[in-house]
Amino acid sequence: MKTIEIPTKSPVVLTHVAQPTVVIEANRSWWELELYELWKYRELIYTICWRDIKTRYTQSVIGVGWLLISPLFTIAVMTVIFSYWAKIPSDGVPYPLFVYSAMLPWGYFARSLERSSTSVANEGSLITKVYFPRVIIPIASTLGGLLDCAVGLVLVLGMGLWFGITPTWGIVTLPLFLGLAFATALAISLWFTAIHVRYHDIAAITTILIQVWMYASPVIYPLSMVPEQWRVVYSLNPMVGVIEGFRWALLGKASPDLLLMAISTGIVSVILVGGYLFFRKMERTFADVI
Amino acid sequence: MSDIAIRAEHLSKRYRIGAKRQRFDTIGEIIAHKLSSIFSPQRTPAASEATLLKALDDVSFEVKKGEAFAIVGHNGSGKSTLLKILSRVTTPSAGRAQIYGRVGSLLEVGTGFHPELTGRENVYLNGAILGMRKAEIAAKFDEIVDFSGVERFLDTPVKRYSSGMYVRLAFAVAAHLEPEILIVDEVLAVGDAAFQTKCLSKMGDVARRGQTVLLVTHNLGFISNLAERAMVLQRGQIKFIGNSSAAISAYLQSATGNKGSCDLKGHVGRDPGLTPSMTSVRLTDKAGLDKQSFSVGGEWQLELEYASKSDVRLMSAGIFITSAAGLGVGSFDTFMCFPPPHRIPSSGMIRFYIPELLLCPGEYFVSVGLMLDQHHAHDMVRRAISFSVETSDLYGTGHMLSSDHGLCVFKGTAEIIT
Repeated sequence: MKTIEIPTKSPVVLTHVAQPTVVIEANRSWWELELYELWKYRELIYTICWRDIKTRYTQSVIGVGWLLISPLFTIAVMTVIFSYWAKIPSDGVPYPLFVYSAMLPWGYFARSLERSSTSVANEGSLITKVYFPRVIIPIASTLGGLLDCAVGLVLVLGMGLWFGITPTWGIVTLPLFLGLAFATALAISLWFTAIHVRYHDIAAITTILIQVWMYASPVIYPLSMVPEQWRVVYSLNPMVGVIEGFRWALLGKASPDLLLMAISTGIVSVILVGGYLFFRKMERTFADVI
Repeated sequence: MSDIAIRAEHLSKRYRIGAKRQRFDTIGEIIAHKLSSIFSPQRTPAASEATLLKALDDVSFEVKKGEAFAIVGHNGSGKSTLLKILSRVTTPSAGRAQIYGRVGSLLEVGTGFHPELTGRENVYLNGAILGMRKAEIAAKFDEIVDFSGVERFLDTPVKRYSSGMYVRLAFAVAAHLEPEILIVDEVLAVGDAAFQTKCLSKMGDVARRGQTVLLVTHNLGFISNLAERAMVLQRGQIKFIGNSSAAISAYLQSATGNKGSCDLKGHVGRDPGLTPSMTSVRLTDKAGLDKQSFSVGGEWQLELEYASKSDVRLMSAGIFITSAAGLGVGSFDTFMCFPPPHRIPSSGMIRFYIPELLLCPGEYFVSVGLMLDQHHAHDMVRRAISFSVETSDLYGTGHMLSSDHGLCVFKGTAEIIT
């Protein structure tokens, strides 16, 4: 992009006087990612993220505390139903810890999907009035959920101490799997968000999909329960890699299956790049259909 | 090259209309549509010319740096679409535009304000949305707060603000954006008269400071004061482009077609999406002879002819008079004149008679409309016809009224008590 020096006659000194020429065109090549544009707007990503987090807990007495309280109830219910009653094995790890180490990335994924798929439509007043790369909205929405995730990690470590399981060196790889969880959530969200702007049915489909998807992922049961010959097909579900990664990094049990990780990461990359391109193709008409 | 602020080349924007058949909001509707098209394929229209609305059609123009440029046109002429394309909110269907410099717009006032956040937080949020860097906002923060006059409530959530405070704060942020190109759309501007005045004076400042201003307004007086050049849009096409006073007369010409009497069938002032039913409108004297210029305090008569399908149940027919500057002067309709039930025939002619036209000399427009109920228009033509009011010795004192006296004439008395 060319930059052109624009002399300002105003006495106020702008922090960036030279602006690149903006070219508005009817057709844009679909392969131009324009990641530079995204970088230019990075402060807006932080700002929207911060707004979402800040407003979620206003006028709430317990506030962020809910992030600790509500999972405790979920864990209790799941432990009673799936461990005591249904006798689902947990690879030798105490079931509450076993299920929560998976609920952490899964809950993040499910919430992100629910929140971001309606995010663009909810920001209709912004979209129809101001320009910014639209993809910022689902990105900020997905990124914001990571805070819940971080608070959840404290809970996992606390439970680990309670059950006498100390983290191994594997925990240093956790940011890697956190990144993979973020990439997975964003990849699916990009597709759903872009479709949701036009077809609101996607909101109902998301709810159903999340329910089914959870049982297709090793959340309440261990991967070892999946028959050996189905593992590769099973790991086409990118959340398998994410959840197994979390369990390994947090609990240090059984090193992760590298083939399975590679498949998950590969699938996520394809969905993410495809989703980004699809979103960019669709975003051109957002303001007209919202 | 470098003295150009905006260059638009062959910009076009097409929207698909015929909403019922062409747009689907749920997947169920698509499936239903596909199924029905299997059984009755002839009922599915292709995306032909007829179903496409050309909101903007091959528009090319240039705006120089430091110039104040105005865009005028009727509703649906494509003004707002053009501004949306230039501010990158939507994309053109064809053509390209180049913009040199940072664009700021006063149609975004308050966009993105969050009611739960405090005034301080909203300044940062709003600034970021409008494209300011955090450091830039921080540097101007005190200035913004001073301008808004809400420093006492800076840490109060804006949901507890009065609407005046809210608008002041929002405007303060937008006003400190320091754009190189300022876009103002009066039609979309919110707020009370005081706020609009503030908007306009800010715009004047910007223009005087030598920044580029792109302005959309109905206020013709404002255009002749502020803008050097103007463009008249009509049905998405440029009808005229040139110096602002020539543009205003071109606009007034396009606004009325012919003075005195007018065929309404293909009138440009018709709001999109209505059923064209009114066929003609005619200004006459009491005897029914065509007339286009009336005197202050004289008789005024308008005949509106219309024909709609016999099953259309119309509630009322009315007229609305506006000044040349776009100010509403008054309205008059059958709803006011007749007691309930409010019903007029589906076809016919209505005569509106004003025995004493108490308007100051000047040019006036008449919009005409047919209403189905209080909120829904059957047909509406804005500025269908124009007439002029000539001065007269209304008070019998030899004093001639002029347009400097305002719009409205009072036929009163003055008494000297002591």
